[in-house]
Amino acid sequence: MPYRHVVGPKTHVFADLATLMAKATPVRSGDRLAGIAAETAEEGMAARWCLSEVPLAEILARPLIAYEDDDVTRLILDGHDAPAFAEIAHLTVGDFREFLIKASPETLTRIAPGITPEIAAAVSKVMRNQDLILVARKCRVVTKFRNTIGLPGRLSVRLQPNHPTDDAAGITAAIVDGLSYGCGDAVIGLNPASDSVSTLSGLLHLFDDLIQRLAIPTQGCILTHVTTTLDAMNLGLPVDLVFQSIAGTQKANASFGVTLPILKEAHEAALALKRGTVGDNVMYFETGQGSALSADAHHGIDQQTLEARAYAVARPFRPLLVNTVVGFIGPEYLYDGKEIIRAGLEDHFCGKLMGLPLGCDVCYTNHAEADQNDMDTLLTLLGTAGCTFVMGIPGADDVMLNYQSTSFHDSLYIREVLGLKRAPEFEAWLEQIGLTDADGTLLPEGPSARLIAAAPGLSGDLAA
Amino acid sequence: MTGEDPWARLARLTPARIGLGRAGAGLPTIEVLRFGLAHAQARDAVHTPMDAGEVAAGIEALGFTTLTVASAATDRATYLRRPDLGRALSEDGLAVLTQEPAEPVDLAIVVADGLSARAVHEGAAGFLTAFKPHIDKAGWSLAPVVVATQGRVALGDGIGAALKARAVVVLIGERPGLSSPDSLGVYLTFAPRVGRSDAERNCISNVRPAGLSHELAAFKLEWLLREALLRGITGVSLKDGSGVALEAAPRSELLGDASKADPAS
Repeated sequence: MPYRHVVGPKTHVFADLATLMAKATPVRSGDRLAGIAAETAEEGMAARWCLSEVPLAEILARPLIAYEDDDVTRLILDGHDAPAFAEIAHLTVGDFREFLIKASPETLTRIAPGITPEIAAAVSKVMRNQDLILVARKCRVVTKFRNTIGLPGRLSVRLQPNHPTDDAAGITAAIVDGLSYGCGDAVIGLNPASDSVSTLSGLLHLFDDLIQRLAIPTQGCILTHVTTTLDAMNLGLPVDLVFQSIAGTQKANASFGVTLPILKEAHEAALALKRGTVGDNVMYFETGQGSALSADAHHGIDQQTLEARAYAVARPFRPLLVNTVVGFIGPEYLYDGKEIIRAGLEDHFCGKLMGLPLGCDVCYTNHAEADQNDMDTLLTLLGTAGCTFVMGIPGADDVMLNYQSTSFHDSLYIREVLGLKRAPEFEAWLEQIGLTDADGTLLPEGPSARLIAAAPGLSGDLAA
Repeated sequence: MTGEDPWARLARLTPARIGLGRAGAGLPTIEVLRFGLAHAQARDAVHTPMDAGEVAAGIEALGFTTLTVASAATDRATYLRRPDLGRALSEDGLAVLTQEPAEPVDLAIVVADGLSARAVHEGAAGFLTAFKPHIDKAGWSLAPVVVATQGRVALGDGIGAALKARAVVVLIGERPGLSSPDSLGVYLTFAPRVGRSDAERNCISNVRPAGLSHELAAFKLEWLLREALLRGITGVSLKDGSGVALEAAPRSELLGDASKADPAS
């Protein structure tokens, strides 16, 4: 059924809900590349106006991809929490925006299971950046493994010690560097250059040894394909978290070599290891706008809505962390700092609204029209919005993946400006080893020599 | 333990920017400036136009003939937003390649700016210098080397098809990292034609002075190309076995300037 909106003498016609949502999306290069973006600024606003009058119940009743054709649609509809939805079922998209702005944290927690990704995406399209920040800030999503992530007033950091050849000493040096800035409470997570099981085995033992030896209340993760991690678990290797990149359509997930049953199998295998000490959230997912288009699996749906559908894939697995790697994909999907900033805020809002522990890799590539000032802006906005975690990369320069993100220093900046604390168990550990004072501030003369001495492979005379 | 700053010692273990020190919650000024300079160089690598005439002259000086074409992406801004246009030949480009009927050849070589004209300016002639002896030794027939502006890897498919080549090699500027603005990628595709997928190519990446040397990259390409022409495939089903070949090869097999070739670098 087509949607119509009249502006003066002109009637804007949108063939279906997918078209309406695509045209209502703030313009970005990926939707243009797909040929589905609004063609004029007025058409974009007409679509947004029209979308604001669509009832949420109608969005629920009109799947953007047919139930029969896509297992993500089936996951969304089969798992929909109708009682939670009942409280908002009577609202239009525009009403829902106002409802969210006024809602208490308790209300947002209550309705989260009733919010489908399409509903979250639709309302985000009629929200300004400040609305996305205001509402996300009120969402409470707490997850646990060896520490407690997502409490109000706290921001965690993934320590990302990547190395171009997976050199153990080089990786360990980067981890110790990050720890000395108080980073690593979300996860110590490495993107390996090699995906061989032998490399993985060495790295998993390295991380496990380091975390145990220093008694760090955190978790490790080697970000390799879920099937490789399954192999590692079957070999008895020490796996804390299962990582996988996911997307919002069955076909896009297939291009990643992943299916819902494989994710379920890996989730159950990781739970059976019982390696968490304070909780059992064992999954770490990464996502990013544009991945479905990149895999030619977008079904004519805009990239922001598909991104929200990826969160629906994550939701049943109760992940510890979900990370939108916002600017990594390149300028053909998000062209410049303005588009990256908007996308980061949308992703964080949609994920939080759906009840997920959304963090953000605040990042860009060198062929995007963006720089570190744009990252400062997005980091500051996400810190304000209550983002669950961000990346900590030495000097913000990932020398393996060749892109720029946020640094260990950036985490100190955002903590000082916004008064954000680390996960409580990790914060206590930092104070206990003498790195920070009781307030969580780094002491001028931290125990970095002791950290180096205790780290596997770094003590002794390396200069020789 | 020596009296040396332990962070200076650790910093030698990784190219990552560790041990930077801090000024309160911020970076030392010198590190802000170092990062800014590296980003500026990476940006310049992306946005500096390739001097196609200069590149072609350098290649002709090695004894190759050349043709120059443009992709369907008319400028850098379009190129960055529309990867599909960077993969397609412009009408003029297609005319250049088809104005004379091509005889079938073993190999077409394309040199494209990709995301770093700097990588091409600094590395393309050097790589071809190292690779030419392999071509001569194998006796492969060769189409004119095509210098292509605003090109992506898949542009080589249409070029290879137009030149009736059994295989196409694309030398292309890779997406610059903050510490690698000069990295050249080498892509090999058997039976090039429009519509080939990336899974049907083999790639040799990170060809630059601080990465993979021209000599070693040329050695790897020779191995892959020989296997591709023999077996009629490239891509995921053709695994790079040149490492084994390299261990077995006497140093003299590393043609070109073998004295500089260091398989470990």
